[in-house]
Amino acid sequence: MMYNEKVIEVFSNPKNVGVIENADGVGTVGNATCGDIMKIYLKIDNGVITDAKFQTFGCAAAIATSSTATEMIKGKTVEEAEKLTNAAVVESLGGLPAQKMHCSVLAEEAIAEAIKDYRSRQAKK
Amino acid sequence: MERIYFDHAATTPVSAEVLEKMMPYFSENFGNAHSQHNFGRNAIKGVDDARSQVAAAIGCRPNEVYFTGSGTEANNWAVKGTAWARESKGRHIITSKIEHPSVLNSCKWLEKHGFEVSYISVDKDGTVSLDELEKAVRPDTILISVMMANNEVGTIQPYKEIAAIAKKHGVLYHVDAVQAVGAIKVDVNDIGCDMLTLSAHKFYGPKGVGALYIRNGLKIEKLIVGGGQERAMRGGTTNTPAVVGLGQAIENAVKNLGSYAEHCRNLRDRFIGRVEKEIPYVKLNGSRTNRLPNNANFSFEYIEGESILYRLDLAGIAVSSGSACSSGSLEPSHVLLAMGVDIVLGHGSIRFSFGKDNTVEQIDYAVDKLKEIVKTLREMSPLFNWKDGEKENI
Repeated sequence: MMYNEKVIEVFSNPKNVGVIENADGVGTVGNATCGDIMKIYLKIDNGVITDAKFQTFGCAAAIATSSTATEMIKGKTVEEAEKLTNAAVVESLGGLPAQKMHCSVLAEEAIAEAIKDYRSRQAKK
Repeated sequence: MERIYFDHAATTPVSAEVLEKMMPYFSENFGNAHSQHNFGRNAIKGVDDARSQVAAAIGCRPNEVYFTGSGTEANNWAVKGTAWARESKGRHIITSKIEHPSVLNSCKWLEKHGFEVSYISVDKDGTVSLDELEKAVRPDTILISVMMANNEVGTIQPYKEIAAIAKKHGVLYHVDAVQAVGAIKVDVNDIGCDMLTLSAHKFYGPKGVGALYIRNGLKIEKLIVGGGQERAMRGGTTNTPAVVGLGQAIENAVKNLGSYAEHCRNLRDRFIGRVEKEIPYVKLNGSRTNRLPNNANFSFEYIEGESILYRLDLAGIAVSSGSACSSGSLEPSHVLLAMGVDIVLGHGSIRFSFGKDNTVEQIDYAVDKLKEIVKTLREMSPLFNWKDGEKENI
């Protein structure tokens, strides 16, 4: 199994690592037993994602997709972010080894969870 | 960037002396070792010498050494060959949960063909339970196959005690000594085994060649049938250069054993000492005392092994990860799981295996880098709340 240079580059210097205090939506997916946990934090103003951060326990592919997915949704509306697919994340990374595709699905799911959390908080307001 | 190789349990480079010895057998001494003309005689001379070198190294007679294409082949042969030869006596085999896949999968294959296998547990250090092993022996038990030292965590097994149990019950004992040769003393009579596997590329010999020791008088079935090579026990034209390389490599390994083991032990102990002192939340896997001199295996809490491996690789340091995230869910090492290591901790395990060309400076550089990498990855991990210093509940 080989990662391409882009994946290694993003894994080496991931963007958006960390926590957003008072985030408007937080989504966690995966579990430690399987070896992948992704937690995504969103800051949302007027329906636009102004900031996104992540914390990930997992392999190089999991960390790279976390970075790329959070980069891709920053500045997007919630609706646009919802449309982000794992395929788009993988494409942006120039491809992932077949056995690592599930990591990109995790990123898509974590964003969906964070948006769901945002909506349920909005509903309570 | 300086490349630092800490993966000697995976493979080692062919030493200059071994390579020099091999070279003529690729070209001028290219003859088939089974040809009767001068070319063949030159080749068989090299093979015979190598057989004597192996015999001298492990304390057996030359005619008890059979060359194979790998340690994996030798393990397959010992397990399956014994099963086929002795099935009229019984169809039960005993092995351990921490064997190399070549033994485990040979056993699993035999299970599909009507044999029963007992997989003996290990304790938290990775030592096979002698009590459980002896209790597992049945009247129809034909073979005990337990490794001399584990390839992942380096734990040296109680091989003499296992040999005594095997002897007491009249059961054959096969030892996979692939990780042991060159690192600790390996003598078939001292061990008390009936069969023993070794592999050249673990001790500065070439890849693609191993050997199986089969005690004189013991008959096992062939695994690879063909021509009359290896006294009609293993078909296939002898890989003369590789066999010659194996012979020289094992002679060197035994000659240098004391200084090699001491060199590796010093590096290993410095590495373990610094890691435990300077990196929090680490766990040494395997026995602290009864382990191969060149092995260190650590679990790093809250982070995942492959990430550590690639970050170390980017820093020029080659290591091996205990788990492989491959099929949607991680497959943690069967060895660590058998030792009762927490599955999450198992995902964060790394094997460091040292060798003759490693230096104290490399150890220190690697620990410095490892510290940074572990810290960075932990800062990325959702499993640890750094502010409160507590584990997150996820």
